[in-house]
Amino acid sequence: MTTTTSHASPPAASGSNQPLLEVEDLRVTFGGRKGPQFTAVDGISFSVAPGQTVGLVGESGCGKSVTSLAIMNLLPGRGNKVTGSVRFDGKELLTLGDAAMRDLRGADLAMIFQDPLSSLNPVVPLGVQVSEVLQRHRRMKKPAANKRSEELLGKVGIPDPTRRLNEYPHQLSGGMRQRALIAMALACEPRMLIADEPTTALDVTIQAQILALLKELVEESGTALMMITHDLGVVAGLCDEVNVLYGGRIVERAARHELFATPRHPYTGGLLASIPRLDLPRGGRLNPVKGSVADNIPWDEGCAFAPRCNSVIDVCTQKSPDLAPDEATSDRLLRCHNPLTTDASDSTQEA
Amino acid sequence: MSENTSGSRWGDKKKAKIDSLAKSTSKKDDEGVSLLQSAWRRLRTDVVFLIGATIIVLFILLAIFAPWIAPHDPSAQLLLDQVRPQTNPVPGPQEGFPLGADPAGRDLLSRLIVGSQQTLIVGVFATLGGLLGGLTLGTLAGGIGGWVDSAIMRVVDVMLSIPSLLMAFSIAAVFANPTQWTVILAIAIIQVPIFARLLRGSMLAQRHSDHVLAARSLGVKPAPIVFRHMLPNSLGPVIVQATLVLATSIIDAAALSFLGLGNPDDRQPEWGQMLGKAQDYFNTYPHLAFYPAICIIIVALGFTLMGESLREALDPKSRR
Repeated sequence: MTTTTSHASPPAASGSNQPLLEVEDLRVTFGGRKGPQFTAVDGISFSVAPGQTVGLVGESGCGKSVTSLAIMNLLPGRGNKVTGSVRFDGKELLTLGDAAMRDLRGADLAMIFQDPLSSLNPVVPLGVQVSEVLQRHRRMKKPAANKRSEELLGKVGIPDPTRRLNEYPHQLSGGMRQRALIAMALACEPRMLIADEPTTALDVTIQAQILALLKELVEESGTALMMITHDLGVVAGLCDEVNVLYGGRIVERAARHELFATPRHPYTGGLLASIPRLDLPRGGRLNPVKGSVADNIPWDEGCAFAPRCNSVIDVCTQKSPDLAPDEATSDRLLRCHNPLTTDASDSTQEA
Repeated sequence: MSENTSGSRWGDKKKAKIDSLAKSTSKKDDEGVSLLQSAWRRLRTDVVFLIGATIIVLFILLAIFAPWIAPHDPSAQLLLDQVRPQTNPVPGPQEGFPLGADPAGRDLLSRLIVGSQQTLIVGVFATLGGLLGGLTLGTLAGGIGGWVDSAIMRVVDVMLSIPSLLMAFSIAAVFANPTQWTVILAIAIIQVPIFARLLRGSMLAQRHSDHVLAARSLGVKPAPIVFRHMLPNSLGPVIVQATLVLATSIIDAAALSFLGLGNPDDRQPEWGQMLGKAQDYFNTYPHLAFYPAICIIIVALGFTLMGESLREALDPKSRR
């Protein structure tokens, strides 16, 4: 399933089609000129093929959301610098004009946000918000758009969609709001969907339903899905390929199964070990990854994760590791001088 | 066994309690109420709001039905034969004229009642004018941003740096023939920067809100973003400000009339103008100034009370 690995062509997990979205060496820097610079995303490359689900995983502040906003061209115009290349269906997005980008957003490339309440306009009825997208991109007349909105709301599992069309966001539950947002994102059948922590604000049962909905969507219509999350449970259920981010860089990329079976980067191992488990004896302590993400990313003088790493060796603080094919497993990309051993149980203990 | 039954009874009680609790909370929060509905729910029991609203409703009814309520024609000099410029310039209260007459022999009560019309017109139109100008400038500044925003806001800053009443005087004084409409124009202009700044501020907050970002992520064009997603969500503080401005514009209009910058034609009575004309008799007949002044104070108070409680109801953060 996954064999060849080089910097430009990552291992494709399922259905290795022509990639729909190709991100190459994406770099986002905030500040500059007079103030201090801060590099939020530091040279990320990955690609997503139709029907494929790619996960970006990492803790808060590692650059996940900034990556998605940069791809959508939605970062505020001033105060940041985006370099590298984002190609969607062969088209370069970073240099695309505002109007062309607007035509693309919502039609071919859509996004689902984290907080379902604040992402809906509180003063506009749901039906208007959904049909707005249809009228905008599909040039539908109002009655047709309304009818289609109703179908869409029904499709994403909102009961009694006719009534809901005239309701305001605060009249819906959290799960229904997220469904409505998904309906808006799906209105024009986009070929690529970016989900930025779509289940973070929801409870676990609703979370499972939303994930099932997304999974169904990918399987049925062959939509490419980029899943941004800090929740490894979401990754385990949904993603074909997983990119683990730390400090604005990808530190490990592997297919889902390989990543969970044998995490190689100590950070991945730490994330997996920190998940509370039901089969451990009661009263045992959780194993968090110690420390927190450093404010500025010191990738220049060694590994950014070194200060928090359990398996740190001398070279880690002297030389910055490169993202390279992993020699031991040969099924992934890895950015580490001293990776965990391939024996899974051992490695999680260590981290 | 007895333990068991008592246990289950205790459980039933608890269940019922939880059920009733759930019912009461769900009734309170989640019965499908819009922002306005929930604001109204809060206002309905707010004594301050009810007092303010009562004053305003009475004032508006008075203004609308003034010609029928007023006992006499406000411009007819019915008591002129009692006016003695040397000994008794102001006819006192008498049958049919409970507040007496003004120095021209016209019924004071009728003039106060009919005067409410002009006062209401000045207040409403000056506020609407200020609102219109402020909304336009604020929407341009907050919606387009960039250099348009900077340019508009500098103009607004300049206008705000001049004391507002002084500016109103200057504007009103420019016109050779002052009328009620020059007063309205002058007051409307001094309200523009306040509304513009307020709207621009809340539009800027909206610009970076999640739902605007979400709308942009769906390719919605800039104009609908501004008019459908940003503007309606920014109007709350502007509406509140408008009710407060109603009060200040009535006071400002009175000030302009008092200083002789208002409508000089006193056949059409107006409270501020009545107050201004009463200056000459203030030492001997203070009631001439007292009645219009108390009318202005009560109406301004009504608008202020209503505006303040409206602000509290609409802004969940200022709720106590």
